[in-house]
Amino acid sequence: MADPSGFLKYERHTPTRRPVPLRLRDWKEVYEPFSEAETRDQAARCMDCGIPFCHQGCPLGNLIPEWNELVRTGRWEDASDRLHATNNFPEFTGRLCPAPCEGSCVLAIGDDPVSIKVVEQQIADRAIADGGLAPRPAAVSTGRKVAVVGSGPAGLAAAQQLARAGHEVTVFERDGRIGGLMRYGIPEFKMGRDVLDRRLEQMTAEGVRFLTHCAVGVDLSVADLRHNFHAIIIATGSTVPRELQVDGRRLDGVELAMDYLVSANKALEGTADLAPRFDAAGRHVVIIGGGDTGADCYGTALRQGAASVTQLDIHVQPPVTRHPSTPWPVYPLLLRTSAAHEEGGQRVFGVNSTSFEGTDGRVTGIHLVEGKRVGGGFIPSAGTETDLEADLVLLALGFVGPEREGLLDDLGIDISGRGTVDRDDDYMTNMPGVFVAGDAGRGQSLIVWAIAEGRSAAAGVDAYLSGGSSLPDPLQPTAIALR
Amino acid sequence: MKYSAIPGPQGLYDPSYESDSCGVAAVADIKGRRSNKIVADGITALINLEHRGAAGADPAVGDGAGILFQVPEGFLRAVVDFDLPVAVACGDREGQEPDGCAFAVGIAFLPADDEERVRAKAIVEAIIAEEGLDLLGWRSVPIDPVGAGVGQMALDVMPVFEQLFLAGPADQHGHRPYGIALDRLVYAVRKRSENETVAADVDVYFPSLSSRTMVYKGMLTTQQLPDFFDDLRDTRVESAIVIVHSRFSTNTFPAWPLAHPFRFIAHNGEINTVRGNRNRMRAREALLATDLIPGDLSRVFPINSPLASDSASFDEVLELLHLGGRSLPHAVMMMIPEAWENSRDTMDPAIRGFAEFHASVMEPWDGPACVTFTDGRLLGAVLDRNGLRPGRWWLTSDDTVVLASEAGVLPIPPEKIIERGRLQPGRMFLVDTVVGRIMDDAEVKSRLAAQHPYADWVHAGLVPLGDLPAREHVVTSHDAVLRRQQVFGYSEEDLRILVTPMAATGAEAIGSMGTDTPEAVLSARPRLLFDYFSQLFAQVTNPPLDAIREQVVTSMSSVIGPEENLLAPSPNSCRQISLPFPVIDNDDLAKLVGVNSDGNMAGFASSVISGLYEVEGGAEALRSALERCRREADEAIAGGARILVLSDRDCDARHAPIPSLLLTSAVHQHLVRQKSRTKVALITETGDAREVHHVALLLGYGAGAVNPYLALESAEDLAVTGLLGDTTPAKAVTNMVYALGKGVLKVMSKMGISTVGSYRQAQAFAAFGIDESVLGEYFTGTTSRTGGSDLGVIAQDILERHSLAFVSNTAVREHRGLEIGGQYQWRREGEIHLFNPETVYLLQHATKTKQVSVFRRYTDTVDELSRKGGTLRGLFGLRTDVRTPIPLTEVEPVEAIVRRFVTGAMSYGSISIEAHQTLAIAMNRLGGRSNTGEGGEDVERLLDPARRSAIKQVASGRFGVTSAYLVNSDEIQIKMAQGAKPGEGGQLPGNKIYPWIAKTRHATTGVGLISPPPHHDIYSIEDLKQLIHDLRNANPRAAVSVKLVAEPGVGTVAAGVVKAHADLVIIAGYDGGTGAAPLTSLKHTGQPWELGLAEAQQTLRLNGLREQVRLQADGGLKTGRDVVIAALLGAEEFGFATAPLVVAGCVMMRVCHLDTCPVGIATQNPVLRERFTGTPEFVETFFLFLAEQVREYLAALGFRSITEAVGHAELLDIAPAVDHHRARGLDLAPLLAVADIDAGHSCTNPAQHDLSDTLDARFIEQAAQTLTDGSPVRLTSLVRNVNRTVGTMLGSEVTRRFGPEGLPAGTIDLDLTGTAGQSLGAFLPTGIVITLTGDANDYVAKGLSGGRIVVKPAEDSPAQAPGAKTQVIAGNTIGYGATSGELYLRGRVGERFAVRNSGALMVAEGTGDHAMEYMTGGRVVILGRTGRNAAAGMSGGIGYLLDADLTRINKELVDVEVLDADELIWLGEVVADHARYTGSPIARALLAAWPEESARFSRVMPRDYRKVLALQARAAETGVDADDLIMEASRG
Repeated sequence: MADPSGFLKYERHTPTRRPVPLRLRDWKEVYEPFSEAETRDQAARCMDCGIPFCHQGCPLGNLIPEWNELVRTGRWEDASDRLHATNNFPEFTGRLCPAPCEGSCVLAIGDDPVSIKVVEQQIADRAIADGGLAPRPAAVSTGRKVAVVGSGPAGLAAAQQLARAGHEVTVFERDGRIGGLMRYGIPEFKMGRDVLDRRLEQMTAEGVRFLTHCAVGVDLSVADLRHNFHAIIIATGSTVPRELQVDGRRLDGVELAMDYLVSANKALEGTADLAPRFDAAGRHVVIIGGGDTGADCYGTALRQGAASVTQLDIHVQPPVTRHPSTPWPVYPLLLRTSAAHEEGGQRVFGVNSTSFEGTDGRVTGIHLVEGKRVGGGFIPSAGTETDLEADLVLLALGFVGPEREGLLDDLGIDISGRGTVDRDDDYMTNMPGVFVAGDAGRGQSLIVWAIAEGRSAAAGVDAYLSGGSSLPDPLQPTAIALR
Repeated sequence: MKYSAIPGPQGLYDPSYESDSCGVAAVADIKGRRSNKIVADGITALINLEHRGAAGADPAVGDGAGILFQVPEGFLRAVVDFDLPVAVACGDREGQEPDGCAFAVGIAFLPADDEERVRAKAIVEAIIAEEGLDLLGWRSVPIDPVGAGVGQMALDVMPVFEQLFLAGPADQHGHRPYGIALDRLVYAVRKRSENETVAADVDVYFPSLSSRTMVYKGMLTTQQLPDFFDDLRDTRVESAIVIVHSRFSTNTFPAWPLAHPFRFIAHNGEINTVRGNRNRMRAREALLATDLIPGDLSRVFPINSPLASDSASFDEVLELLHLGGRSLPHAVMMMIPEAWENSRDTMDPAIRGFAEFHASVMEPWDGPACVTFTDGRLLGAVLDRNGLRPGRWWLTSDDTVVLASEAGVLPIPPEKIIERGRLQPGRMFLVDTVVGRIMDDAEVKSRLAAQHPYADWVHAGLVPLGDLPAREHVVTSHDAVLRRQQVFGYSEEDLRILVTPMAATGAEAIGSMGTDTPEAVLSARPRLLFDYFSQLFAQVTNPPLDAIREQVVTSMSSVIGPEENLLAPSPNSCRQISLPFPVIDNDDLAKLVGVNSDGNMAGFASSVISGLYEVEGGAEALRSALERCRREADEAIAGGARILVLSDRDCDARHAPIPSLLLTSAVHQHLVRQKSRTKVALITETGDAREVHHVALLLGYGAGAVNPYLALESAEDLAVTGLLGDTTPAKAVTNMVYALGKGVLKVMSKMGISTVGSYRQAQAFAAFGIDESVLGEYFTGTTSRTGGSDLGVIAQDILERHSLAFVSNTAVREHRGLEIGGQYQWRREGEIHLFNPETVYLLQHATKTKQVSVFRRYTDTVDELSRKGGTLRGLFGLRTDVRTPIPLTEVEPVEAIVRRFVTGAMSYGSISIEAHQTLAIAMNRLGGRSNTGEGGEDVERLLDPARRSAIKQVASGRFGVTSAYLVNSDEIQIKMAQGAKPGEGGQLPGNKIYPWIAKTRHATTGVGLISPPPHHDIYSIEDLKQLIHDLRNANPRAAVSVKLVAEPGVGTVAAGVVKAHADLVIIAGYDGGTGAAPLTSLKHTGQPWELGLAEAQQTLRLNGLREQVRLQADGGLKTGRDVVIAALLGAEEFGFATAPLVVAGCVMMRVCHLDTCPVGIATQNPVLRERFTGTPEFVETFFLFLAEQVREYLAALGFRSITEAVGHAELLDIAPAVDHHRARGLDLAPLLAVADIDAGHSCTNPAQHDLSDTLDARFIEQAAQTLTDGSPVRLTSLVRNVNRTVGTMLGSEVTRRFGPEGLPAGTIDLDLTGTAGQSLGAFLPTGIVITLTGDANDYVAKGLSGGRIVVKPAEDSPAQAPGAKTQVIAGNTIGYGATSGELYLRGRVGERFAVRNSGALMVAEGTGDHAMEYMTGGRVVILGRTGRNAAAGMSGGIGYLLDADLTRINKELVDVEVLDADELIWLGEVVADHARYTGSPIARALLAAWPEESARFSRVMPRDYRKVLALQARAAETGVDADDLIMEASRG
């Protein structure tokens, strides 16, 4: 049983971030190590609730009270087991997840929530360090072949689950290396690439085959795919960006955030040079969009040596504590200051970009107006127009859905009114044997949703192939967060 | 049932639940002189016991009355027109007075129909001829039903009464048999007549048929009895011994044979273990043989006739034992043994040997009992080992003994009283009218014990388990344990929440809040068979026991092994193995399996039967495996095995275990049917049992002992892997065994059963959701009216678990050893909980922001979870197609509906003042009612109409129950049981007794408070009637309600409660919340309120009582749909607890018991209380939204008001239930049965309670001036036992007018003379002094609130002569829950003196057992002997004992010390007061030489209390705040 009064003894702590000047000089993860003792104290704050709202807040259904207790009592190996029971990749989520669990932690009602994310990462990292990623290959082979298209978190999770269920799994990736957004979409200072690589090693050892540079529908025909595999999982993500329809959008230097990040990450990894149009060095960088992708651009631009970085958010500045419109335990609306935001630059709230200014076809500035977001629209306040100097503008406005050409169209997949792939309760599309998992089916979402979908879709595929499945099935396709 | 209007089973009503209780009295001339006066006195006593009986809806239909006396030979000779032979003593009995007549006589109940009666008599006469007896004649018994005013219902089923006269064959000298010899011959006639007329479909019943005694009885009131039977008014009827009985039945249906007395006994009580006793008697029949009863005994079988009451069954066995050669006292001692198990040091070894030997022969017939018995020569009475029934006796100067349930049943002038005594637990009171004197208990028992060298027999025969040679211990690997855990469906939660605490601490885990998960039959996941059963518990008709504080009367030891012929005791009868504990570890099991491996335990061969089956074979394979096990058991027994081990070890990929409960019960029931059950011991070796409930079930359904090997291996494994801290593997196993066993003791005590020997096989469980095909065959005797899972479903569940354990590819379950669980805490992959993150959030959000749309999302989500199996009501549909819907505007407004809402009983102490007050304010604003719970109410709130709770609860702890508390109430609620833990008390540990809590509860800061499992003034239905009467006197303006918990039979109990004059009955579901309860209770006790409410509604209607009483449903109500369904099932009020708490901020942490509630509700910690964010507005919004939703449903159903809807169960539709995945087979139709009778559906004719005829009404008139201006007054009156609760209503007027402070001491002097009825001076406030000259009954000074009560005997009684023994002056449970005031009793008192005293000063001159129990404050002075177990559970206050006997003090919480000098002065003053008020010679003698005599006193000091007193003293010295110091210390 948990320490019932742990939360009265200890205060919330999270790892300190390395000093800004230091961390701006490299691309390494920004956090200092967190000691075992401190992790255990933090875990001891968990109250072992009768209704663990955190466990609900987590799409994966992570057994948070269970592993908090195991960490509190120093049973790290058991904690890792319990963590992996619901989550294939806790070392990813421990770094990348915005932790809706903490927003729904019961302790957050009148206190600071348990540092769940830190505990998760500590469990995951220790497991890796202690050899916890030993391969766990299936004892039997079903002789069934499954293709997973896309190697982001949803695809990888599905692949690992299906391989363990004894199926022969091949992951197709159109890019050069495996990992999807986790490899190219996020900066290294959020998650080192070695973390990803170690997990891929495990999966390889468990029998998952990875095929890169293979765009299904282009490099491999859909007909061949169907012919060679008993089941297919589409895990291609939601990659069509939301556009900004204003004057000057076509100017040079007005770029999509994801193009920028991929370019930067590939340059860093050494698989490509940083295209000059993406280099922020010495430039006045303006990021449009207040979300995580924007923040990723923010930190990347600073590290590239931008002259200035400004992030624009169409929403008014949220309060520093939970806004009443998002009462506990729903995911709170509040001012989130990511590590990047501490590193320089500025954030501007409640502004809309009206047009871009350019010289010689290249962007030089941006026209803004203050105002309020109402419904889906924006009501400008008269007389609040301003200009901002900008020679690199990054559009981080989110994504509208999966790409249809090629794979989806060729397979004849139905698309929902929301622009995502339609699926039934078992994650199967209108085409028998073709399943969908992750953002392609759900629309853009968090990594935890992607992994959860991958796991559930795997259960669906397994049941489809074997007539029944013992694989965990954490998520209904229609499940959404509390609102 | 013969001659009975009791309806057959219908709906949820089942007549087998009926129970009764009563008043009993006996009168005898101890010299054996027969007279009509004795008979007349008996009848007078009976009439004076009228208030202990009851009548139904028709006051002219009594629950039964009867009389038993010696055969009035002279009278009979005078009234019959045929010759009756004369008894002539001859042969070796020559010269002795015959022990009975030479003829046998008895009234026969015969059919009213002439033709049928002729047939019936012909059958009887044929049997008489076959048995070789002579029919002397029949006599028509003259009756006067009209003159007696017998009610129509009783008349409708009245038999014709004819007396039958028989004689035995004459010997060669012409002498006919007489007395017991004749009775042995007649026995077969009576048994056969009753059995064989059934075959001919005519009803014959003999109340008695004997040459020694005869019985007149019927479905009459006490007054009607002599008016009905002309014989009873005939002065020629003479007897030296009379027993009379007045019955209080829970039902209102007349049933003539159910009246007492039976042939040998009149019983006041209830045999809780009767089902097991009957089963065992049936099994024993195979071995029964005796030369004393001629012929083949099997012709009288079954010994226990079907459909008999518990008392009748007891009587039948007693009769067999007696006619089979044992004296009546001997037989009674076997059946109701005293508590001998824990008294090795204090008991006469020979008497102990007798008891121990007979424990091998017969298990106790356990339960609260006062059995009065006679064979025509001896008159005896015995109380159960707990003394849970009252009994008082008097000896007069003219050699008359009067024995009765209470004092004062006969007007005996004081100057004729030689001695006054009382019955004592386990002790026998016996009069031998031939020897001509009273024999005391020790004498009777010594004589019986000396008949055989019992102790030697036991020493030679009985083998303690520990003496068997040890066998090899096998340690199991972790992986093997894990695999087995999977097979048996263990979850992580089972290990974490159930096993770990037991293994680590040796005690079962505690949890809080109620359960909100589906019943097993509704669950979508594979559930263990155990989950389909719920534990029964005692409520109202008998009390639960206090197994912790009164452990002295309990026993976990038992014997296993073959039994011999019950009627031929010999050294062989105890050739058995004695088990100290019903749970055995693997090593003990090995000993039993290998019992005779060394060849020196011949006759004890063991045999192991494998309880596995081929899992793929499904139900068929399961069924045939059960058959195989049964067959193997038969073969093993035939082969000489005497220990059968039913084992589910060694399952593999193909073989799964049969659920151990099914296996055990199936074999047990089979052996009972084969009549071979008593030849063997059954041991269950099982992997599935892992919690208390499981072990309790296995024992209850036939296991002699349980070896839960996997639970033990799991404990061992947890210890080996270091999860139990310092606990070693061996210690973990010991802890586990201990925790499981102790838990079973608690389960037993909930049902009121003291010994595991009689708990075994008693089947004290209800089943829900199991098909009759399974129950009838394998759990015979346990029924469920609603069908459910059959073997197919059970096998499917096993298969699901099994396939998870034996997956071919383990990688697929990687990182997932065991299922996660989710029964106790919500988990995504676990069981449905109605309160889950979504519903809690939606409810809180909706009520905080007043959004109806969000509220609708909340109710939609809850209702959907309900439909998925979350609740029984979820399966119902609402039939809107029956009545025409009406416009919403025509439905009564929300304001009318919210008045029917009440919030549940949550004590101030269990929740914070902020939370408590929030609910109270909201309910007061709405016009609903909130409930104080058990923690009292502080004076500021008490007097503030905005903040007080309208309902004042009275629970067993009586915390803060004062006159002012009761006066300031609209409703007084008696909590008989609590849904979360029926049959159990509670405990608030010292670290939660903050100063403000202590003040409100009249307790001491920092000193823990315990509420006992039973109300110590309610051991029976007539006791409840008394408490209701007390409370009504304490506040005549308040309604009195009684809270019951649903279990099969609750409807019958409810009917009894209505007959006890309650205004409102609450039916709570098992899912009610709690601040702390053992998990076994939370999950496995009680049933959904849907079942209980439906049963109550149906039973009350059948009884014609429904219109007199309101019904309230309580338990997990969450939505408008819930409310409407409750109304349709019969509720007119609705209780809510968890939902409004959630509205106020509760998030179901389930840590209420830890004082760490993070939202400031279930905590007293000021830091956490600051986090409380609830407001009354949120709660009001909740109820208003809810009421609006109710309106919508009413409109759709076509009702304008709730009143219209109540009881219209026909509007519920059960079709949706049929579709539910696992609910297939569940038949909910019985819930919806609405009997087509002319009886109301709701309370339209509330019972009126007239107190104008009481002494107090007169006192109030006489004290009118005082009640206006406080001027002093002196009142005098005579009292009789029928004047109950004297002084209380007067006291309530004082409190009402002068407030909690009352009047100055001595303003009202009340001088009484005579014998006071029960509850003298209950809740007497400051300002009133009662002085009674005479004696008093039970419950004197109950809830004393500042007044003074003095009871002293009349000085002119020989009993008070100098040198006479100290006499009994008052009864049991004196001063219960007193909070302040003084009590002086010149004489001895009964059991539990000063129980739960929290502030009064009480003086008595000797007490029975358990004195000062649970005391938390005040001072008690005892100037004489105390009984056993004094100071049990005493956490506060101080006792002063003269010549304390240390062996009689329970020193668990107290020390016995020498007094300080200061104290001696104080004590001297108290003793002087006692002398002054009562004239006590004892006090005077002490005072005469106080300096020396005072050294005879010891102080009984609770250790915690001493610490607190010391801290208070230190605080006073140092000037710091005492409370701070104490709280700091108590939190360590």
